[in-house]
Amino acid sequence: MFESLTQRLTQSFAGLRGRRELTAENIDEGLSAVRTALLEADVHFELATEFTERVSARALGAERVKGVDASDQFVHAVHEELVELMGPEDATLEFAKRGPTVILMAGLQGAGKTTTCAKLALHLRDKHAKRPLLVAADIKRPAAVEQLRVLGERLKIPVFHKEGVAPPDVCAAGLAAAEAGGQDVVILDTAGRMHVDDELMAEVAQIADRTRPHNQLLVVDAMTGQDALQSARAFHERLTLTGVVLTKMDGDARGGAAISLKRVTGCPLLFLGVGEGLEDLDPFQAERMAGRILGMGDVVGLVETAQENIDEHEAQAGFEKMVMGSFTLEDMLGMIRMVRKMGPMKKVMGMMPGMGSLGDMDVDEGEMNRLEALFTSMTPGERIQPEILDVSRRRRIARGSGQEVGKVNELIKRFKDLKKGMKQLNKMGLGSMLGKAGKREALAGMSPTGGMVDPKAGKGPGMLGGLGGALSGGLGGLLGGGGDGAGLGGGLGGGLPDMGASGMGAPGGMARPMGSSPTRGQSDLAKQRKKDKAKRKQKRKNRKKR
Amino acid sequence: MSLFQRLAQRLASTRGALADGLSSLFRGGRPIDDELLGELERLLYTADLGPTATAVTAELKRLHGRGELHGEEDVRQALHTMLMERMEQDSGEVDLDTHSPTVILVVGVNGSGKTTTIAKLAHRFQEAGKSVLLGAADTYRAAAADQLEIWAERNGAQLVRQHTDRADPAAVAFDAVTAGVAREVDVVLIDTAGRLHTQKNLMDELDKVRRVIDKCLPGAPHHTWLVLDGTNGQNAIQQARHFTESVDVSGLIVAKLDGTARGGALFGIKEALGLPVLYVGTGEQLELLEVFEPEAFVNAIVSAGLETPSD
Ligand SMILES: Nc1nc2c(ncn2[C@@H]2O[C@H](COP(=O)(O)OP(=O)(O)OP(=O)(O)O)[C@@H](O)[C@H]2O)c(=O)[nH]1
Ligand SMILES: Nc1nc2c(ncn2[C@@H]2O[C@H](COP(=O)(O)OP(=O)(O)OP(=O)(O)O)[C@@H](O)[C@H]2O)c(=O)[nH]1
Ligand SMILES: [Mg+2]
Ligand SMILES: [Mg+2]
Repeated sequence: MFESLTQRLTQSFAGLRGRRELTAENIDEGLSAVRTALLEADVHFELATEFTERVSARALGAERVKGVDASDQFVHAVHEELVELMGPEDATLEFAKRGPTVILMAGLQGAGKTTTCAKLALHLRDKHAKRPLLVAADIKRPAAVEQLRVLGERLKIPVFHKEGVAPPDVCAAGLAAAEAGGQDVVILDTAGRMHVDDELMAEVAQIADRTRPHNQLLVVDAMTGQDALQSARAFHERLTLTGVVLTKMDGDARGGAAISLKRVTGCPLLFLGVGEGLEDLDPFQAERMAGRILGMGDVVGLVETAQENIDEHEAQAGFEKMVMGSFTLEDMLGMIRMVRKMGPMKKVMGMMPGMGSLGDMDVDEGEMNRLEALFTSMTPGERIQPEILDVSRRRRIARGSGQEVGKVNELIKRFKDLKKGMKQLNKMGLGSMLGKAGKREALAGMSPTGGMVDPKAGKGPGMLGGLGGALSGGLGGLLGGGGDGAGLGGGLGGGLPDMGASGMGAPGGMARPMGSSPTRGQSDLAKQRKKDKAKRKQKRKNRKKR
Repeated sequence: MSLFQRLAQRLASTRGALADGLSSLFRGGRPIDDELLGELERLLYTADLGPTATAVTAELKRLHGRGELHGEEDVRQALHTMLMERMEQDSGEVDLDTHSPTVILVVGVNGSGKTTTIAKLAHRFQEAGKSVLLGAADTYRAAAADQLEIWAERNGAQLVRQHTDRADPAAVAFDAVTAGVAREVDVVLIDTAGRLHTQKNLMDELDKVRRVIDKCLPGAPHHTWLVLDGTNGQNAIQQARHFTESVDVSGLIVAKLDGTARGGALFGIKEALGLPVLYVGTGEQLELLEVFEPEAFVNAIVSAGLETPSD
């Protein structure tokens, strides 16, 4: 129901296209689009205002790049500013030099503390070779201790509890038990509490007093509204928070509360809860969060999932073929299968730029299966040479796949449109550039997010981002059936300012304003982005050293 | 004590003599101007009213432009009227007498307060002389059935649950309704596992629970109530939308309104879906469930103070 920010910006910048300078006047509409997007994402009112003011200063200020399209420059400023605000992203838990590391989990009722305790225990055991002890210190909620016990059993991680004593005593006893039993991490699961409940807030402070936790984590539901500011502040006043975990990020919450959390606690966001499963815990990433809050899709998440599940060479080959125009139905099937390997379509689509907001579009797996059935009812020869698909072949395919002939025709039309779109792009200079040394760079630059994704010398996320975008556009077109264009918006629209206007690829196209154009792959802006990126990397390294 | 009274009390205790949020805007005899109305917009926004905040403020600006607002009292009146209009609904207790048993399915996202709310509803219905049976159809979350069982014991309500891990929720619902019919109870409350509205397979599962209940007792469930977390922001609208699409929600319950959150997303939900709000949860104890009163709800929104990020 929400328009994505990119959609909104496209509208508000319609008059700005082609203009080179951002001015105090023409930036206003863009700013108000950003502010609206932030408010829809539940960013605190005050912080949304503050943020847009800073963006304005940044976009108009010294850091601006001459000769770059005003809207590109603006989106760049917005995104960078937000990434900076969300960071750092490589913060980690603090480990004790001697004795067990104590981790206290606190938060409002139902935020996800108990579940996150178990997830964290698993993470620390498997990724950090720790021997964690879970301590059940919620004696208030019915069956809270049992809940943690069940989770511990599932993980084969011990759970400590002591009947009949107050939570601070349970925790202190748990700590002693860990010391005695040789456990090196103690995770304290506390009861949910409202920040206005003085008694309970005093209790959690007392737990911290007694156990001196090295890590005091606030667990917050990503769906939290404006109140995140007040509740986080109250917890921070009573505890010495060291980090925040944002849960239930697997839904469609934009998670604007994260900005309030950062602002009032000053603590890094450490982890994201992305499901009910105990392995569903992701490290926090600023760029991903920024894109999400702005409503631009979880591009980084998509790219990562892609990296894990996609054969790099296969992907690159498919993508290059697509660009070069030798793309066949066989390649298209390959791509669809690759994307499907990444997980349920719903999840994958949710991560794609612009697709996330298509909550109402049901990508049901059945439809994907039917789509695949069309492909598999063709002979390999037909997939490689789609030209030979005459009426009788089409009829056979329809029968074979148990679908109407119309579906076959639709698929072939989409395929042709996809190729046609590619050709157009080639005409616009992409092809020639691809022949040269800059090819990999160009592919990298085509990621739907441009500066968001690190090109890593042409391999990796950049290219995959491009692929993801291309597929989101392509598949979006196939599945949604909307938009008469080629459905390439995400992949190439990512870089081509004018493609949107020609109506190419409905949903993927929303990612467009974030992209750097491949036709100016080495533009000033791109260079600037690289520099920024390098700078940030260096900063990160420096931080690590400290 | 009602929600509003409690709120007023808390405000009085923490803010000393400070009056409510709206009158604090007028402190020092400030005139009504764009700045003041801007702050009012902020006050509404921070209560999670979202786009409704903008709409309402725009309307106030229009009224002001026409010279119809002369002071705090006018603004308060106009605001009150506008918000109340948006909250309009038939009120009154739920009818539990027509069906025997009345079957109520309780749904919502993870951790919103479903199980606790069911315990409170059971308590409430029992106080009204009804017999209640709880069905533990959350077979997914760790110790979910144990949690409901403890509440059932405290309430003296009957319980139908399974002890095997990951049993079929539809089967538990079926058993619960069957038992409810056989034992001639007045109300059957079915607890379900929390699920995010974006999870299509889980939403389908919920739909299946409904269909199975209907097979067991045609026409049931008679009510499907969505429990919202009152601290949620604009996402609550998406929740309401998707749950309504999947399982035809008939009423809303807002839990956790005992903190500083105001639950203003309800305005957006009302506007989009027109669902009635039945109860609000104001704490973790059995008694802390109140019949929703639009008036108290609206007053609580206006009474909130303005928080700033850096005080
Ligand atoms: N979808 C999803 N559900 C989650 C996530 N984290 C927790 N949950 C679910 O949220 C609900 C509440 O989680 P709990 O871990 O019980 O929350 P809690 O903070 O311990 O709750 P209290 O102890 O009652 O305050 C459960 O249904 C969990 O399965 C997440 O990242 N994604
Ligand atoms: N302060 C307050 N806490 C509440 C209220 N309602 C529920 N809770 C608490 O919120 C937490 C989650 O409540 P549950 O009833 O377990 O929520 P649920 O929706 O059943 O959770 P899942 O089954 O895990 O999805 C518990 O700690 C409850 O005590 C309320 O009105 N006020
Ligand atoms: Mg818990
Ligand atoms: Mg429950």
